[in-house]
Amino acid sequence: MNEFFTVASLVFVVGSGIRLATPFLLAGLGETIGQRSGVLNLGVDGVMLLGAFGAYWTILETRSPIAGILVGIAVGLVMGLIYGVITVSLRAEQGISGIGIFLFGLGISDLLFQKKVGTPMPIRGFGDLHLPLLADIPKVGEMFFQHSVLVYIAFLLVPVVAFFLNHTTFGLNVRAVGENPAAADSLGVSVLRVRYTTILLANGLAGLAGAVLAAELGIFQQNLTNGQGFIAIALVYFGAWRPIGVMGGALLFGMVSATVLQWKTLGLVSGAASSLTAMAPAVLTILALVAISRTVGQPAALTRPFDRGQ
Amino acid sequence: MAGSCHLRVGRCRASEDGIAAIPAGVFLDLQIVDRVGGNRETFASMGRWLRERLAYVTGPQMAGPLVPVVAVLAAFLIGAGMLLALGANPLEGYQALLKGAFGDVDALADTALKSMPLLLVGIGICIAFRASVINIGGEGQMIAGAILSTLVALSCGDLPRPVLVPLVLVGGLVGGAIWGAIPGALKAYSGVNEILSTIMLNIVAVQLMNFLLRDLIMDPYEKEHGRLPQTQRLSENSDLPLLPGGTRLHIGVLVAVGMAGLAYVLLWRTSLGYRLRAVGHSSAAARYAGMPVKRTIVAALTFSGAMCGLAGAILVFGSESHRFVTDGSSVGFTGSAGFNGIVTALFGGLHPLWTIPSSFFFGGLQFGANAMQRAVQVPAALIVGLNGLVVVFVVSSDRLRRVVSESWGQGRAIGRERATSRSGEPALAMSEELDCGP
Repeated sequence: MNEFFTVASLVFVVGSGIRLATPFLLAGLGETIGQRSGVLNLGVDGVMLLGAFGAYWTILETRSPIAGILVGIAVGLVMGLIYGVITVSLRAEQGISGIGIFLFGLGISDLLFQKKVGTPMPIRGFGDLHLPLLADIPKVGEMFFQHSVLVYIAFLLVPVVAFFLNHTTFGLNVRAVGENPAAADSLGVSVLRVRYTTILLANGLAGLAGAVLAAELGIFQQNLTNGQGFIAIALVYFGAWRPIGVMGGALLFGMVSATVLQWKTLGLVSGAASSLTAMAPAVLTILALVAISRTVGQPAALTRPFDRGQ
Repeated sequence: MAGSCHLRVGRCRASEDGIAAIPAGVFLDLQIVDRVGGNRETFASMGRWLRERLAYVTGPQMAGPLVPVVAVLAAFLIGAGMLLALGANPLEGYQALLKGAFGDVDALADTALKSMPLLLVGIGICIAFRASVINIGGEGQMIAGAILSTLVALSCGDLPRPVLVPLVLVGGLVGGAIWGAIPGALKAYSGVNEILSTIMLNIVAVQLMNFLLRDLIMDPYEKEHGRLPQTQRLSENSDLPLLPGGTRLHIGVLVAVGMAGLAYVLLWRTSLGYRLRAVGHSSAAARYAGMPVKRTIVAALTFSGAMCGLAGAILVFGSESHRFVTDGSSVGFTGSAGFNGIVTALFGGLHPLWTIPSSFFFGGLQFGANAMQRAVQVPAALIVGLNGLVVVFVVSSDRLRRVVSESWGQGRAIGRERATSRSGEPALAMSEELDCGP
C-alpha cells in the first residue's frame, strides 16, 4: 500500500479524478436544473449515449471537435423537446417515460454506430489546455490546470448554474414551479414554459456530457456510458439539489474511480478485486441517500405533472 | 350526467372481476372494493368484460386494449422510417423478423425461451407498480438470484436432481427477494427513493457478479487460460429438465407461466394483494384504514425482486452452456431483461396474465431481430430502441386519448370523465411522499 501514498499517485488521482468527474458533473448540473422545476429525467443515460454518438460521428467525419460538441448539444436539445412533449404536455409518468428514453437512446446509438461506423475508430478530441503560469506550478499545475477546455467549462458552469437558480428571476420561477406549480401559476408564471426551458437545458447538458465523454475517450462503443447517466441522477440527490453539492459528489466519484485505476496500475488489486472497489461509489450514494433523506426535502412537486384544470 | 354515472358503475363492475383488469392503457381500474367470492361467475364476467372492451373499441374513447397495440404500431411505423433511412426495405425487414420469431416450431420455442426472463421480470414489475413502487432494479435482482442459485449448485452439486432443481430455483427466488427487500426497507423506513436505490443496487450487483465470476467462482480452466468471466459447468443434477417435443424448451418456461398465475392470485385473491393495490392507490387512505403501509411496501419489492431473481436462476440453469456467464458489460448477463421487463409489464397493462402474451410478443421481437439483421443488414439494436418508443407511447397515451376524444367532438364532458376516472388508477407518481404516518 505504501507505493500508493506517494506524490505521483496523488497527482494522478486528483488530475484524473477531475477529468473523470466532468461528464457526471455536466449531466448532474442539467438534472439539477430539471429537478428543481419538478421534472425527473431518468433518460439521461440514453440522451448521453445519443449525444456521445452524435459528437463522435461528427468529429470522425469533420475532424472538428467543436462541431462535435455542438452536435452533441443539439442532439440533447432535440431529445429534450421530445421529453418535454411527453412529460409536460402529455403529462406522462416521468419515471417510466425516462426508462423509455433510456432504452431508445441505448438502442438507437448502438444501431447508428454499427450501421454508420462499424469498427471502433479513434478520434482526436480537444488537446489539453495549459493555463498560462498556473499550469507551470509544479504538481498543482499538473493536477488542476492541464486539462481539456471542456473540463474548465464544466466546472465554471457550477457557479453559473448556482447563480442562475438562486439569484435570477427565472431561477426563482424554476424553484417556485418545482415546489408549488399551482401557486406559481396563479402568480402568472407559465409552468409550461418554465418546465420546457429547464428540460431543454437539462437535456442539452446531458447531450454535452455525452459529447465530452466521447471526445475525451476518443472512441465510441455500444453502451459507452455504462450507466453514468444513472449515477449523475443519483448525484443530484447526493448533492441535495445544489450545484455545489453535485460538484462534490461528481469529484468524489471521479476520485474514487481514479484511485481504483491507480491501484490497478500499481498492481495493488487484481482485476477481479477492482470490481469490488468499483462498487464503492454506489454504496456511498445509498448511504448518503439514507443520511440526507431525513434532513433535506426534494422539490415538493418533483415528478408531479401540472394540470391547470385540476 | 346520467351517462357519466352509468359509466362509473360499469367501471366498478368491471374491476370487480379481477380478470377484467386488462390493458385499459397502462393504468388499470383499481377500485377499493372488497371482493368476496369473486370466482363464482367467471363466464358471466368474461362476457361482461368482452362487452366492455368492445364498447371501448367502438366508442369514441379509444381506450382498452387498443392503446398498447396502437403504441406498438406507431413505434414500428417510426422504425420503418428508420429502416428506410438506413437504406433497408422495411417490409422485408419486418417480414424476416416475424418469420424468424414465429415462423416454425423451433422459432416459437426459441421465442418462448427468450420471453421467459421478460415474463418473470414483467410479473415482478406488475407487483411493484401495482403498489406504486417503481422497481428499476430488475437487472440487479436477476443477478442476485443467479449468484445465490449458482452458489447453491456449487455447494450442493451432489444432491439428486429432483431435489437440486427446485433448490436452485428457490435460491434464485431468495437471492432476488433479498436484493428487492433492501430498497423496500430503505424506502419504507428511511424514506430513500426506490428508483435511486434500485439503480445503485444494480451497479453493486453487476460489480459483485464481475468479481465472483473472475475470482471466487471462476471456472478453474478459464482462470488458467481464457479468462472468460464464467463459472465451470454446473452440476448436471441442476440442469432444468427439457420439455418433451424435441425443442430446446425447458421447464423454466412453465415455471414462469405458473408464476404469472400465482402473481394473479396474489394480487387479486389474497389480503396481501389487496393491501398492495390499496397502498398503490393511496398510501394515505391505506394507512387510515389501518393497513401496515411500510410492511406492504417492503413486501411489494420483495416479491418483485423474487420474480426477477427467479428469472436470473432460470437463465443460468436453462442455458445451453449450463454456466453462469457474463461478458463484463453491465448487461452482459441479463441482456437488459431487467429494463425490458418494464416494457412487457406496461404492454400487458400491469396484469400478470396479460404479461404472458405481451412478453411472448417482445421475446419474439428480440429473437426475430437477429433474423432481421441477417436479412436486411440492420443491427438488432433497432428493436431495443423501438421498445423504448413503445414505453414512451404507452405512458403518454392516457392524455393523448383525452385529446383525441375531445377533438372528436364529444365535448369537455368526456374529458372530465376521464379526468375524474384517473382517481381509479394506482397513484403512480412514484416519488410522492410516502404517507406512513408517525
